[in-house]
Amino acid sequence: MSTTPYKLPIVPMIKKQSYLSLYRKGARIDGRDLETPRNVRIETGVIEKAEGSAIARLGNTQVIAGVKIDVGSPFRDTPDQGVLTVHAEFVPLASPLFEPGPPDENAVELARVVDRSLREVGAVDLSSLAIRPGEKVWMLWVDLYILDHDGNLFDASMLAAMAALLDARLPEYEELESGEIMVDKSRKGEPLKIDHRVVTVTIAKVDEYLIVDPTLDEETIADAKIVVAVDEEKRIVGAQKTGGSGMTREEILKAVDIAGKASEVYFKALNEAISKG
Amino acid sequence: MTVKHAGLRLIDEKGLRHDGRRPDELRPVAMRVGVLSNADGSALFEIGKTKVLAAVYGPREPPQRHTMLPDRAVLRVRYHMAPFSTMDRKSPAPSRREIELSKVIREALEPVVIAELYPRTAIDVFVEVLQADGGTRTAGVTAASLALADAGIPMKGLVAGVAVGKVDGVIVLDVDELEDSAGEADLPIAAAPDIGLITLFQLNGVLSRQELEEAVEMGLSAIRRLVDMEKETLRSSVTVMPGE
Repeated sequence: MSTTPYKLPIVPMIKKQSYLSLYRKGARIDGRDLETPRNVRIETGVIEKAEGSAIARLGNTQVIAGVKIDVGSPFRDTPDQGVLTVHAEFVPLASPLFEPGPPDENAVELARVVDRSLREVGAVDLSSLAIRPGEKVWMLWVDLYILDHDGNLFDASMLAAMAALLDARLPEYEELESGEIMVDKSRKGEPLKIDHRVVTVTIAKVDEYLIVDPTLDEETIADAKIVVAVDEEKRIVGAQKTGGSGMTREEILKAVDIAGKASEVYFKALNEAISKG
Repeated sequence: MTVKHAGLRLIDEKGLRHDGRRPDELRPVAMRVGVLSNADGSALFEIGKTKVLAAVYGPREPPQRHTMLPDRAVLRVRYHMAPFSTMDRKSPAPSRREIELSKVIREALEPVVIAELYPRTAIDVFVEVLQADGGTRTAGVTAASLALADAGIPMKGLVAGVAVGKVDGVIVLDVDELEDSAGEADLPIAAAPDIGLITLFQLNGVLSRQELEEAVEMGLSAIRRLVDMEKETLRSSVTVMPGE
């Protein structure tokens, strides 16, 4: 059951007014204009025991993504494809708003939006993950861990997930005579076949303003948000409106246009982090 | 999960779809309100083989008092699929998909419900998918809108939803399950046309900017028609006293 949020932080009216008066001038409290994301820092290979990992920092928001890889059975309807699973944990150390327990609707939504943004465009070539088609395939687990919540968990999580997948290497394995697959995780083999790089750009609607990459304060005064997934050719590869207000047709289409431009900042940071290794 | 149906053609040489529909054609639609006796409001919405039941209880005291808000009613929404609604039995335990869809359906209704009139209460909306053949979340929004109105909950406008998609390179209205699973994109959209707001918007798949605009246009025009049908259904459900 989904319930109207009842424990959100209360933002004083005066604060909202001061944010809005800055937006009117095209400026924001942290010195950005309305359409520029915060400073992006991405580091890969931060967890040696994971097959791939990355930490993405978007201003004060921090998300770590770990990729674990195991051998498993394929789904019946896709026997020659590997399996990709995305999970998100809003661990309580990240924010006073988070409580221990199973993933709530926000964590489920985040994981599913990241999952679809990767899946629908075929970011990871799942057919390259069949070991013995129909029997044994690689299973990829992307686990997103929110470490510090200062707004826009979607974009930070997507960057962390994408960087961790680009960092990941399949473990070496041997096929025994019995047909069993013996995986040796201490030896890292080939990188994953990544066909497309994808980022999401989150745009918050605050009154009549559309602002890119909202901080937590901005999210609490926002009416709604739209998350737009974009690939490097600027195709729209997914979208989701989230939050308890609506948006006009014009706002949604404008947000999609803004997302294309803002994605360049994310792609630059992502590509730099990957080439640095 | 995207399933590729090899060799299956979803648009024929005449430009018609696998079930004979034109690209901008809805499946047959049926709406009924007041279908349940216990609920304060209820509705059954059918579009093609998709059948969705919605019931509204409240405003009432929420069972968990800590979820109350001092300045408005909380909206509680559950989207759930019956185990027999799909080809393979669906486990009745709530899936991650149902958790997400409950959230997006709630957020599709929040902008129209005038919750400020009922502080410290809960308005509960239960959506049960009886048969799933594509577009169940948007059918859920439409059924919920009818059920809320049937319950007499004050609203700024009615909401309806439809899933637009892209199959064989063509933008099509109201995708069914086959088109959804074999198509290139699925764009569920819900809106309250009387207040000019899109209240549910998702895109699964790949679209160009132009296709996106076309899909939104196609969806909104169908939603206007669905909302008109909702109004007609609600009007004919109330008895007008002679002389009024």
